[in-house]
Amino acid sequence: MLSLQNLHARVGDREILKGLTLEIPAGEVHAIMGPNGAGKSTLSYVLTGRPGYEITAGSAELDGEDLLSLEADERAAKGLFLSFQYPLEIPGVPALTFIRTALNAQRKARGEAEMSAPDFLKRARACAADLKMDFDMLKRPLNVGFSGGEKKRMEILQMALLSPRFMILDETDSGLDIDALRIVSDGVNALRGPDRSLLVITHYQRLLDYIRPDRVHVLADGRIAASGGPELALELEREGYDKYARAA
Amino acid sequence: MNLDEAIRLRDPARLPSRRDEDWRWTDLRGLLRTIPEPSRPLAAGTAGLGPFDGLTEETLLVANGSGPEEIRIAGGETRTLALRHISRGDGAHSARLRIEVGPSARLTLLESHEGGGAGLSLLGIDLHLGADAACERLVLADMDPEAVAVVELDANLEAGARLSQTLLTAGARRQRFETRVRHPGQVAEVRLDGLYVLRDRRHADLTSKVSHEGPGGRTDQLARGVADDQARAVFQGRITVQEGADGTDARMTHNALILSDRAEVDARPELEIYADDVACAHGATVGALDDEVLFYMRQRGLPEREARSLLVASFLGEVIDRVGSPAAAERMRGWLQARIGAEG
Repeated sequence: MLSLQNLHARVGDREILKGLTLEIPAGEVHAIMGPNGAGKSTLSYVLTGRPGYEITAGSAELDGEDLLSLEADERAAKGLFLSFQYPLEIPGVPALTFIRTALNAQRKARGEAEMSAPDFLKRARACAADLKMDFDMLKRPLNVGFSGGEKKRMEILQMALLSPRFMILDETDSGLDIDALRIVSDGVNALRGPDRSLLVITHYQRLLDYIRPDRVHVLADGRIAASGGPELALELEREGYDKYARAA
Repeated sequence: MNLDEAIRLRDPARLPSRRDEDWRWTDLRGLLRTIPEPSRPLAAGTAGLGPFDGLTEETLLVANGSGPEEIRIAGGETRTLALRHISRGDGAHSARLRIEVGPSARLTLLESHEGGGAGLSLLGIDLHLGADAACERLVLADMDPEAVAVVELDANLEAGARLSQTLLTAGARRQRFETRVRHPGQVAEVRLDGLYVLRDRRHADLTSKVSHEGPGGRTDQLARGVADDQARAVFQGRITVQEGADGTDARMTHNALILSDRAEVDARPELEIYADDVACAHGATVGALDDEVLFYMRQRGLPEREARSLLVASFLGEVIDRVGSPAAAERMRGWLQARIGAEG
C-alpha cells in the first residue's frame, strides 16, 4: 500500500530524512519508534505534504500513485490521514461543521456525491458514542478549550468519520491516561481491515500493547536502523535507543 | 476643514487632510485636486432594489444628496425603516438627516450605501434617542470602487436609551464611517460593531468617538475585518469617560486579518478616563491566517481556498452573531458569504 524508497528530506539547510526506505502492505500495522530528533514527525509531515519540507531524493507512493506531487488536500482525498501530535484549534468552526465540510470536500475530489446532513449526523453520533465522547462537544468550535486527551479523541473521531485507507498516528498516546488510551485504541483497532494500513509513530512501547503492530521499525538519524516483529518494541523498551543512536 | 463646506463651496482646501490628526490615514485633500460638479438629481424610479428589500414597507431614499431632512418616531412606537443612500454618477453631493426617536420607541434602521460612481458624497445623520428608546442601526455599504464617501452619525442618548450599531462595508476608493456618541450614562447602553472585507485597492475607515458623560453607562465595541490585495483599513476608536461618569463599563476590541503583503491595517484604540471605579478594556490584534491551522485543515481534505474562506467566515461571522434582528442578520450573512466566496 505505502512504499517509500530512499526518501531524503530537509528543512532549510538541515537534512532530516537521509534515505528512508519502508514498505507497508495493505492490512498491516507498522510502528515506527525512535529517539527524539530521529525524524519521526518529519516523516509524517513529508508524507502528508506540509509546506516547508523539501524532498531532495527518493519517492513515496500510495498504491502506486506518487504522493509527493500532490497538494496536502489531494493526498487526504486519496485516503491519507494524519492524527496530529498536537491537534490545532479552529475558533468559530464547530467540530461537526468542520468534519462534514472536510468529508464532502474529499468526496467531491473523488467524484462522489455529498453525504447528506442526516446521514452524517447519524454516523457522527455513533462514532462519538463508540469513543465515549459527549455529542455536545461536537457542536463546539473544534478543539477550542479541549484538554489534550479530548483533542486526541477528536482526532480519532475525525479519522473514523473520514474513513481513510492509510492512517498515521503521531504520538497519539501522549496526553492520554490509561482509560482514554484504551478507548482511543479500541477506536483505532475498529478501523483495521484488509484494505487499510496504519503507521503508528510512538516514543514508548505502551501504545503498542493496545494497538498490536505487525512490524516494528527503529528510525534513527533519518533512516530505518532496524526492523522486526512486535518483540523489537519490547527490546527497545528494555534497552533504549542508545545502540541505534551510536550506530547512526 | 469641513467636508460639507468643501462640497457646497467646491473648495478642495476645506477637505480633511493628513494634517488633521483624526484624518491622517484617510486623507481626502491629497486625493482630490478639485471638487466634482454638483450631482444631478436621480431620475425617479431608477433606484432598483436595496439590500434590505422586503424586510420593511417603509423606505426612505436619499438619492444624490436629496431626500427627507427629518424623521420622527413617536414615543412608544416600534418601526423598521430602510434608509437607502444612493449615489450615481461622478458628481459631489451632501445631505443631512435628523432622526428623532421618542421616549420608549424602538427603531430598526436598515441603512444601505449604494453606488457612488467616481463621485464624492457625504451623508450626515443626527440621531436623538429619547429616554428608554432603542435603536438598532444596521448598515451595509456596497459601493463602487472609485467612490469617495463619508458617512457620519451623531448620536445623542437620553437616560436608559440603547443604541446598537453594526456596520458592514466592502470599502471604496476612500470611505469613512464616523460615529460619534454622546453617552449620558444612566444605564444607557451602546453597542458599536463593525466589519470590513476589503480587496483590490479599496479603503475603509471605521472611526468612533464615544463620550461617557454620566455614571453607569455601558459601551461594547467589536470591530473585525480582513484586508487583501492592496487594500487599507483604518480603525480609530476613542472612548472618553468624563469626570463623574463613575461605574462606566466600556470595552473595545478590534481584530484584523491581513491576507496579503501589500495590504495595510492602521488601528488606533484610545481610552481616556477621567472618572473613578470604571471597567474599561481594549484589545487589538492584527495578524495573518495561521499556516499551521491551514495545513491541519488541508490535511483533512479542505482545499486551501475553502480552508481560508471557512476561517475568514467564522472570524467575521461573530460580528453578525451580535445583530439583534434575525432577518437583517440573515441578509448580512448572505452579503458576507458572497464577499468571501469571491475572495482569493
